[in-house]
Amino acid sequence: MAATTATSMVSGNRVVTVLKDLASRPSGAIGLTLVIFHVALALVSPYIVPFDYKLQNSSLMLTGPDAVHWLGADHLGRDVFSRTLMGGREALLVTGVATPLAVIWGGFIGILFGLVGGRLDEVLMRVVDAFLSLPWILKMLVLIVTFGTGVEVLIPTLAFFYGIPVIRIARAATHDVIARDFVWAAKARGHSRISIIWRELLPNVLDTLMVEGAMRWSWMLLAFSSLSFLGFGVSPPTPDWGLMISDARGFMSFAPWGVIGPVIALSSLIIGINLTADALAKALGIDRAQKAPM
Amino acid sequence: MTTPSFIDVRNLSIGYTSRAGETVKVLRDVSLTINRGESVGLVGESGSGKSTLALAALGYFKRGLRVLDGQIHFDGIDMLDLGRDDIQKIRGGRLALIPQNSGQSLTPTLRIGQQVAEALRLHSELEADEFDHRVVELLTQVRLPDPAALISRYPHELSGGQQQRVAIAMALAGQPDALLLDEPTTGLDVTTQAHILELLRDLASDRNMAMLYVSHDLGAIARVCDRVVVMYAGEIVLQGSARQVLKSPRHPYAHGLLASIPRLSQQSLPVALDGRPPMPGEMINGCAFADRCGIADSTCTASPPPLVPIDTGEHVRCFHPGKISQLPRASKTAARKKPSASGKPDAALVMDDLSITYAKPDFLASLLTSRKDPPATVEGINITIVKGETLGLVGESGSGKSTILKSIAGLISPKTGSIALEGQSPLTAKVEDRPAVNLRQIQLIFQNPDDSLNPRHTVAQILAQPLRLYFRLSGDDLRQRSIELLEKVRLGSHYLERLPSQLSGGEKQRIAVARAFAAEPEIVLCDEVTSALDVSVQAAVLNLLNELKTQQQTTYIFVSHDLAVVKAISDRIAVLYQGRLCEIGPVDAVYKPPFHPYTDVLLGAVLEPDPEKAPKLSADDVVELSPPAQGCPFQRRCPKKIGTICETDTPPAQQMGGGHVINCHIPADDL
Amino acid sequence: MLMMLIRRIMLGIVTVSLVSLIIFAGVEILPGDACTQYLGEYQADDELLAQCRKDLDLNRPALERFQEWAGGAVTGDLGTAVDGKTKISTIVGDRLKNSLLLAFCAMIVGVPLALLLGVITGLWRDRKPDLIASTLAIFAMTIPEFVSATLLILIFSIWLGWLPGIVLTSASAPASEFFPEILLPVIVLSLVMCAHIMRMVRSSVIEVMESDYVQMATLKGVPYWRMVFSHALPNALLPAINVVALTIAWLLGGVVVIEVVFNYPGLGRLMIDSISDRDLPVVQSIALIVASIYVCVNLAADLLTMLANPKLRTIYTRK
Repeated sequence: MAATTATSMVSGNRVVTVLKDLASRPSGAIGLTLVIFHVALALVSPYIVPFDYKLQNSSLMLTGPDAVHWLGADHLGRDVFSRTLMGGREALLVTGVATPLAVIWGGFIGILFGLVGGRLDEVLMRVVDAFLSLPWILKMLVLIVTFGTGVEVLIPTLAFFYGIPVIRIARAATHDVIARDFVWAAKARGHSRISIIWRELLPNVLDTLMVEGAMRWSWMLLAFSSLSFLGFGVSPPTPDWGLMISDARGFMSFAPWGVIGPVIALSSLIIGINLTADALAKALGIDRAQKAPM
Repeated sequence: MTTPSFIDVRNLSIGYTSRAGETVKVLRDVSLTINRGESVGLVGESGSGKSTLALAALGYFKRGLRVLDGQIHFDGIDMLDLGRDDIQKIRGGRLALIPQNSGQSLTPTLRIGQQVAEALRLHSELEADEFDHRVVELLTQVRLPDPAALISRYPHELSGGQQQRVAIAMALAGQPDALLLDEPTTGLDVTTQAHILELLRDLASDRNMAMLYVSHDLGAIARVCDRVVVMYAGEIVLQGSARQVLKSPRHPYAHGLLASIPRLSQQSLPVALDGRPPMPGEMINGCAFADRCGIADSTCTASPPPLVPIDTGEHVRCFHPGKISQLPRASKTAARKKPSASGKPDAALVMDDLSITYAKPDFLASLLTSRKDPPATVEGINITIVKGETLGLVGESGSGKSTILKSIAGLISPKTGSIALEGQSPLTAKVEDRPAVNLRQIQLIFQNPDDSLNPRHTVAQILAQPLRLYFRLSGDDLRQRSIELLEKVRLGSHYLERLPSQLSGGEKQRIAVARAFAAEPEIVLCDEVTSALDVSVQAAVLNLLNELKTQQQTTYIFVSHDLAVVKAISDRIAVLYQGRLCEIGPVDAVYKPPFHPYTDVLLGAVLEPDPEKAPKLSADDVVELSPPAQGCPFQRRCPKKIGTICETDTPPAQQMGGGHVINCHIPADDL
Repeated sequence: MLMMLIRRIMLGIVTVSLVSLIIFAGVEILPGDACTQYLGEYQADDELLAQCRKDLDLNRPALERFQEWAGGAVTGDLGTAVDGKTKISTIVGDRLKNSLLLAFCAMIVGVPLALLLGVITGLWRDRKPDLIASTLAIFAMTIPEFVSATLLILIFSIWLGWLPGIVLTSASAPASEFFPEILLPVIVLSLVMCAHIMRMVRSSVIEVMESDYVQMATLKGVPYWRMVFSHALPNALLPAINVVALTIAWLLGGVVVIEVVFNYPGLGRLMIDSISDRDLPVVQSIALIVASIYVCVNLAADLLTMLANPKLRTIYTRK
């Protein structure tokens, strides 16, 4: 009992210290603000948008920004501002679910094979290599074309393919940790394998996986919006930044406002995630280039 | 103002700006002078600022550090007021540095010859076509074997001692007038260290150089220095002649430091110096050492003492240099309890013909080549450890001493032979297959507590692991027992919630000891448990281990490369070379003649903090990577080798009486 | 050394074989076959399907077909497209050439620039040049390629009218005809890769500059720039080899979005088109080609690192 409360207290402390450190760095503060802003927006946007995102108005087609339609209207006469506010919901939902899934399954397999080692591990690494050598977009498109573009397809597809590189990271981190004396000490005491993994290994691999997860999240968002852009992601009329940019591109020469909104929204979210990931790595002491003067 | 000395540091303060924006001082008002032909030793624990001072003499400051106040002169030149070009001419030229870890201080992508020649190009008048010749000369001068071949080698192909010699050759290339040595022998084997120090002594006297020798090792300082400066918490606390400082230190810190060093001439355990130095930036009103000092009184905490000259010629930063004699010179727990000698002693652990191999067969390599198995890492170890005794295992790196411990703990499976606990059938090789009771009986303490304590666990969690596993304790019982254990290692219950990163090195090692004793073990395996610690802390850990042993009747196997440490704590000693046993016997017998030739070499190389004792160097310090296939393991370095019999036949075990055995072909009377 | 070489090459071959197996198995496992995928859109009747399967030899056992396909691939024969007539090697050949051209141009712009910026930002760590370049790099890395491409087209092609915003040259045209159309895609690609390599080089330079041997070189009196060039950079740039290789592999295989935005007739667009057309044989071939390039480039990088790093080199030559 005492020890469990101690655990939760200390890990609670650690989360607080890491968050404080994160927020005290400029990149972390800016990044976190951006991410929180976008997540909050995705949650409340349906209730605050000034116009219905799918309301078409032929009289407004490609009109420029004005006091009513702040970012003008698109080629179907829909309000770009409202669509921009809502354009990240699908992306955040899909990547927000797929990222943890990818880190969990990739981390699990990576740790497992990092521990098992030997011939089996060699074979697995070749399979991982083989998967990594195929372009990501090809792997995904084949599945998406076959099974459709719904959320129920996109989430497992993204989670599966983005979990594969995590295997490598988790395996390398595992190798680093199991060579250390505290793992040997636990072995020599005779703790079970499960206990060693749970108590000794996981807490130390978790930091690496968290930073990795943050990076994967931003890459996954990139991938998701690229898919939308290519027409393999979200299906119309659901608003999505990638899709909106793709649609508005054709009219860019005389109606450039169509791309500005989604471009800023998408970029700010991805930059926010990246800044947070960078700061998180530093706060957890993973970035090697960051050392105190003494 | 007087004319500056050859190296003249005056009122120097160095600091950095902390993340909170405060200025933190690393060096406080330090003044130091060194004349031509003089060698000065700079002593202190880690963090005392001694390396910072040495680098400052070169006008160099680590990233983030800056000079707050003071001057640095070298031969009348103001080092703080020199342009980049001028300072480059002096560095590595007239004023050269020999770094701590040459393995990391030599550029990995450049050949040895290139790196030494670069120093010549920068700091000598030689033409480019004379470089090769001069490089060979320099390498010969530092007594490196086959210098012509070494030129084309890369740093990683050399042993630690050879790398250090290359660094010295590089420093000599510029014909220096002064040498700065930053822990130049730390991390080297004893024999290598002794050889390097002799080389430095000879060079210094040949060339009439000024030398600043930075080290935490008073033995090394005693060997090369005329004058000693002791630093504590960024300040000089004592300086004077080496003889005075090392023989009768007039500052309580220096006294404590010297008393904490185990010596071959002493039978007792060294005196621990309790507490820890203040962190840089910590607020101190009085003397920085007051809270660790045995003679401190209210004057000491009221105002900081000045550095003043005393009648015997030293400069001391202490209000009561006269009271030093009240401090203890030897440990109170001096009388170590011997294992019960009455009747036939029970065996705690028996190693029977133990052999261990590290070789990992590579699947592909085994397909493509047909290589023969290399000789085993450890071979033919027959040792019986008596209940309640401490067996010391000594040897240089590669002697297989840690491998034997890991094998006893079940972490490495032996190739042949067996390990058995008191009167039981042999232990299963692998730790996974051992019954829980055996696991509890044997506990292992590692060298580096930074690595052996999980950085994510609190002290409570660390101690809970064995307590839950072996005794199924939980709740209040668990907490109660954890606190008891903490008290046993002289730490309070407020340590329970701390993480290892919040502890000092000594405290971490105490936690590691507490964790081992939580299992109530019969046998504790100590793997170089004090070598990552400062000397003062080392003494504390040694005393703690000895105390626990007396209380708990534990049996220790104590591995160390330091012969004085092993002597202080052990009842019996086994000397290993290349995984083979050279000599074993009671402490008194092993440390007295007759010696096995290797023991003789090792003992001869030990440096004591006494300027009058010179080491005896009888064998060279070549590093051997693998043991010879047959014959005596020490055949290639042995100064007393008698002939081909040493190369072909395994040396016989000569019984010297009292359980003292020497494995050597030479008749006992000639040893 | 030789052992290591053989080992690495063998591992490469194993990886490529695994890739081919994954590709083939992937297509087999997916619902339907090449013909139902291809003809499905047109509500094909059974007769057409049967004819198609006969054309493509789909009625034979999978293992047999895999042997034939893989065997053909080794000799450069990739079979025919799903229409049963067009040789895949002809379609792919032109596209591969164009992709190589694009990758080559992006590399000669991006790699030297990245190395230069990485070294500069590393040496001037936390000072103005570093802060500016590092911030820009974060933007270049994180903003999706189609966004930066769109913006560049908007600026350089639509507003300023300096460069053509779209490639109109046909796939089979000689390399020289792709200028100046190729310039904008090259700029976008080199920006992205430059940012990745730069960040890596920067942190490697910082690490090396804090090493003991760089400090020692300084204290030996080696002038700053000489120290940088002879002591620091050879060590700092070693790990860059592998990152550059990964980027090259990415350039040759994954630049689908850029090719679509600029209408550039490379492998990436062929991939998208074949997937849209459900032309599985072509997709399989592209996948195999791209994967082989990835493996080869990485292999080359490993060997280069081994040659350049004395630690790795001497392990296998001396002893």
